[in-house]
Amino acid sequence: MNPFTVVTGRAVPLRRSNVDTDQIIPAEFLKRISRTGFGDALFAAWRSDPNFVLNDQRYEGASVLVAGPDFGTGSSREHAVWALQDYGFRAVIAPRFGDIFRGNATKAGLLPVVLEPSVVLRLQDLAEQDPTVEVTVDLVEREVRAGDVAAGFDIADYTRWRLLEGLDDIGLTLRHSDAITSYEADRPRWLPLTA
Amino acid sequence: MGRTLAEKVWDAHVVRAAEGEPDLVYIDLHLIHEVTSPQAFDGLRTAGRVVRRPDLTIATEDHNVPTTAGPIADPISRAQIEALRKNCAEFGIRLHPMGDANQGIVHVIGPQLGLTQPGMTVVCGDSHTSTHGAFGALAFGIGTSEVEHVLATQTLPLQRPKTMAVEVEGALPAGVTAKDLILGIITQIGTGGGQGYVIEYRGEAVRGLSMEGRMTVCNMSIEAGARAGLVAPDDATFAFLQGRPHAPQGADWDGAVANWRALVTDDDATFDKVVTIDASRLSPWVTWGTNPGQGAPLSGEVPDPASFADESDRTAAERALVYMDLRPGTHLRDIAVDTVFVGSCTNGRIEDLRTAAEVLRGRKVADNLRVLIVPGSVAVAEQAEAEGLHEIFLAAGADWRKAGCSMCLAMNADKLRPGERSASTSNRNFEGRQGPGGRTHLVSPAVAAATAVTGRLTAPADL
Repeated sequence: MNPFTVVTGRAVPLRRSNVDTDQIIPAEFLKRISRTGFGDALFAAWRSDPNFVLNDQRYEGASVLVAGPDFGTGSSREHAVWALQDYGFRAVIAPRFGDIFRGNATKAGLLPVVLEPSVVLRLQDLAEQDPTVEVTVDLVEREVRAGDVAAGFDIADYTRWRLLEGLDDIGLTLRHSDAITSYEADRPRWLPLTA
Repeated sequence: MGRTLAEKVWDAHVVRAAEGEPDLVYIDLHLIHEVTSPQAFDGLRTAGRVVRRPDLTIATEDHNVPTTAGPIADPISRAQIEALRKNCAEFGIRLHPMGDANQGIVHVIGPQLGLTQPGMTVVCGDSHTSTHGAFGALAFGIGTSEVEHVLATQTLPLQRPKTMAVEVEGALPAGVTAKDLILGIITQIGTGGGQGYVIEYRGEAVRGLSMEGRMTVCNMSIEAGARAGLVAPDDATFAFLQGRPHAPQGADWDGAVANWRALVTDDDATFDKVVTIDASRLSPWVTWGTNPGQGAPLSGEVPDPASFADESDRTAAERALVYMDLRPGTHLRDIAVDTVFVGSCTNGRIEDLRTAAEVLRGRKVADNLRVLIVPGSVAVAEQAEAEGLHEIFLAAGADWRKAGCSMCLAMNADKLRPGERSASTSNRNFEGRQGPGGRTHLVSPAVAAATAVTGRLTAPADL
């Protein structure tokens, strides 16, 4: 995973709530067995509408998505995170996120940033009024800055540290292999085995 | 101080706790299917890692499988199935492939085999893993990075969730099912209401549900935003489990049951949030919009978006009505459908098929209506055939299909065409979920079957 420290770039205002992972990447694209190449399918159905914000050339190269509440609800498909990253997004800002999406994002290095609804609306206004406005998502300072907006955000210390360092979660857990082995020795005997 | 059921299960699985870090939680059962696992196995190979506990891991083929006889026509679907077979062979994981007597939807076969038991932690790269919470297990969906993590370590680093009680007071009125209950709950608390929580479903109406009904309720916890939902185990749970292939046997059974009986929320425990539902106010429930929280009693009308106080709810309702091609004030009973789908991990179990068959017995499917009955597993199909349910479906003019996820998410050939409308017993009415441009109304198996008869959204009592 690549470290995440500070990202500055254009922002795409997505004024929709309940953007479920079926919209982010429809199921027909989940048949691929690679982790890459999902960017073309990002918001596949909505992109067939020429007026959809992602088809607005002025937002080309954007690295921040600013969405409505309950972004990433529904299916656990991590392909949604991969599609956003493959398209070029490094961070998603929303008032609320689906739990599984938020977890997947931090595992894969896409930063989910929770901000107050009023701040999210202000950022969407800014990006609509001037698509070239730059939004900075600063994980070091835990702050989002754009135009006259400077808003702090919460993130668990451990998650922040892992993202800043770009650390492999599995590698961190394997340091505790002895604890896992010792836990396994005490598991009740009636628990089922598949083999 | 007392603990909730979810806290008891959590505490019993903490491998390591450290200040300022997530708990490292042990996973008792890891279920795998073809869609969310290939990249995880690739990750293991790249890092030179092995599967720590293949004996706590089981795989099946469900999302892509055809529900008609014959091989998979789509070469990309076939390649994904072949990747699963290759990965399971390479890493020594038990697989129930197409054609196997135990093949089926991952959340149907776990309980069916007796692998899902009270007090366990169960994960799967699938958000409907919450289904297994019906047994008093802490069960939740994970992404592919976490699938890889569990394969490599049999653990997950997790933040301790908050706890929510959904207290269902009173008994469900006649004709109101588990599906109506959970759809009603989601309408009340919203698609984000459960975010950050594990829900415990409690109260008389929940205790009165069969295990199948409890699975339906827990299944859709994620549609209320909660990663997991559970029900305390009781005699109904133990009766369901006893004698199943992987249930404890002999003296182990007695010991297990004694332990399971302690898996209840203590009287002096507190939940972080309590939501109360009045069961007596529920009736057959349907969705009118494009998220599962956009629901209403079937006896009601399509709402006016202007009636929503919250701006984002109002905008979402406006968008939903455009997508669904519905006008405010339309009686929900007047909505005509093209397709009826009975199946999925929400409602593809034997009780669901019995309910649908009871409604369809001696009746005919409406003209020009496509009705798919898709059992959740091969075993469910065999049970249904042993009971003659398939003959009722076929005599009515419905399609009796093979087991799989099917039209719940349209990864196989079973899809809605653009503009088509369904009454579906599945779990998601998202835009395009059942096929690009398709429109979905979520319903119970009873409403689905009655709708099949009239061609319009209908409850059995209306027939």
